[in-house]
Amino acid sequence: MIFKGRAWVLLRQGKLIDDIDTDMIFHNKYLAITEIAEMGQYAFDNLEGYRDFAKKAQPGDIVITGQNFGSGSSRQHAVDCFAALKIICVAAQSFGAIYKRNAINSGFPILTIKDIDLAKVKSGDIVEMDSEAGTIKAGGQAIGKLKPLSTVQKDILKAGNVFEYAKTL
Amino acid sequence: MGKTLVEKILAAHADEDVVAGKIVWIGIDVRSARDFGGANVVKNFKKYYPGNKVEDPKKTFFTFDCNVPANTIPYANNQQICRNFAWEQGIKLYDVDAGIGSHVMIEEGLGYPGSTVVGTDSHLNIMGAVGAFGQGMGDQDIAFVFKTGKTWFEVPGSIVVNIKGDLPKTCSAKDLTLFITGKLGTKTALGKAIEFRGSAIDKLDLAGRITLASMATEMGAIIGLIVPNKEVLKHFGQKKAITPDRDAVYEKTIDLDISGLKPQIAKPPKPDAVVDVESLGGRPIHSVFIGSCTNGTYEDIVSVAKIMKGRKVKPGIVATLVPATMKVWKRLLKDGHISTLIESGFVVSNPGCGGCASGQIGMTGEGQVHISTSNRNFAGKQGAGDTYLASPETAAASAILGRIATLQEVE
Repeated sequence: MIFKGRAWVLLRQGKLIDDIDTDMIFHNKYLAITEIAEMGQYAFDNLEGYRDFAKKAQPGDIVITGQNFGSGSSRQHAVDCFAALKIICVAAQSFGAIYKRNAINSGFPILTIKDIDLAKVKSGDIVEMDSEAGTIKAGGQAIGKLKPLSTVQKDILKAGNVFEYAKTL
Repeated sequence: MGKTLVEKILAAHADEDVVAGKIVWIGIDVRSARDFGGANVVKNFKKYYPGNKVEDPKKTFFTFDCNVPANTIPYANNQQICRNFAWEQGIKLYDVDAGIGSHVMIEEGLGYPGSTVVGTDSHLNIMGAVGAFGQGMGDQDIAFVFKTGKTWFEVPGSIVVNIKGDLPKTCSAKDLTLFITGKLGTKTALGKAIEFRGSAIDKLDLAGRITLASMATEMGAIIGLIVPNKEVLKHFGQKKAITPDRDAVYEKTIDLDISGLKPQIAKPPKPDAVVDVESLGGRPIHSVFIGSCTNGTYEDIVSVAKIMKGRKVKPGIVATLVPATMKVWKRLLKDGHISTLIESGFVVSNPGCGGCASGQIGMTGEGQVHISTSNRNFAGKQGAGDTYLASPETAAASAILGRIATLQEVE
């Protein structure tokens, strides 16, 4: 699959931010919300430097971030808030285990970055990520590599979500 | 090729070969949801399986522990959605009086050595304390398990954390846990199963095992497993523990020596920013919280009550305490510890998770310096204050002196 959109490169001191936990993505004070459409407005509202993310994000945007993204709680909201904003994928250097499952099962695309040249991409640039070829491009130029998707992630993405996938088994 | 502990537990629940890296389907013995996430589980279940029954109501549970009793109308609504669904489906529900779901499961023997347990609690891998496979999951995942009784799982690779030396008398299981968390950080064990080993681990009682296993989440691990000792097996009426094969394959073994260990504390805003308590130079504090799935057991709270006997919380310090479960609460009451704690100046609340997931107890305001026995001190999680993570003993000593202190400074 190819994901092409405007990038949000989440940086702190020139490096991709590591360990963004679920309380930074979607704070526990909003946990009682059950409507996905209401979740988008709170995305990253506890992430220093990106508290205005939900206001500025546009449908089709891509989030690029560091290691252990989504560590912490099991809240599905931390995945669903991006789906609500119509973010097309989150690409991180690694993901927290529960976050990874939640994204895969709900059919929200997450990609794992193997390497990326941060000198060649900044927030607002159009990036193109190809999960099959494993490439990351910006301005037509290769700027990094992705790790391959697992079979189960591919199958669930194809089916739509884990519920639809289970019907195919 | 031999199997690691996690491979053995999962293999006993699969119809196929289980080996690290493989995606396998696993039967789930205990399927649970709590008041946070639970309403969304119900919503997903009704959306994708309208008119259906859960696969096995006897293996399915609700455990309310986040916001108990509900102090917001949305939480009250969500709890009622779960109650209605539980009644319709004949599912047992541990309501707002019961306490922390994972602790109730261990107390009641719902999860037991060798079992597989899932729920909407990200610290459900605490079941590693009894040599069970526990896993926190999101609400879609759990709705799927409610219906099918199984889920897919990518079998994690395993690492061994081998503890050398004995735990010094001045330290408790939390100090050991924080020390390991500080050494591993969040990436060494990311996505892996840890097997904790060594004579200091073997000697840990069930309460200490719960403390250690509870923070596998903060180590980034899928789970931290401990082979049950006789005490743990007896609690569940079992005779023999599942052990890893001698020729099992591990990604790495990490040796950590604890013989000279001093009381440990994690500085805000990261659970792995761990240092010696004494290195902080007695920073003045405003508040103390004792409880959570990491340190809310009977043993943890008795340890605090013994310290507080004949002593007082320093005037001006807010000290709160939340026992993990109602069973623990009743036992503390019967044994006189509740009155000791209240006389000493603690606010003792009903059982549950406290402030960890937007509950009532243990929140902080801007500028507040707080010591908590819980497991996370991420920026803004429990409010704008600076949260330090420490043992119940360090928290109690700090409440008495009004500054970050070890128990040795009080005695």
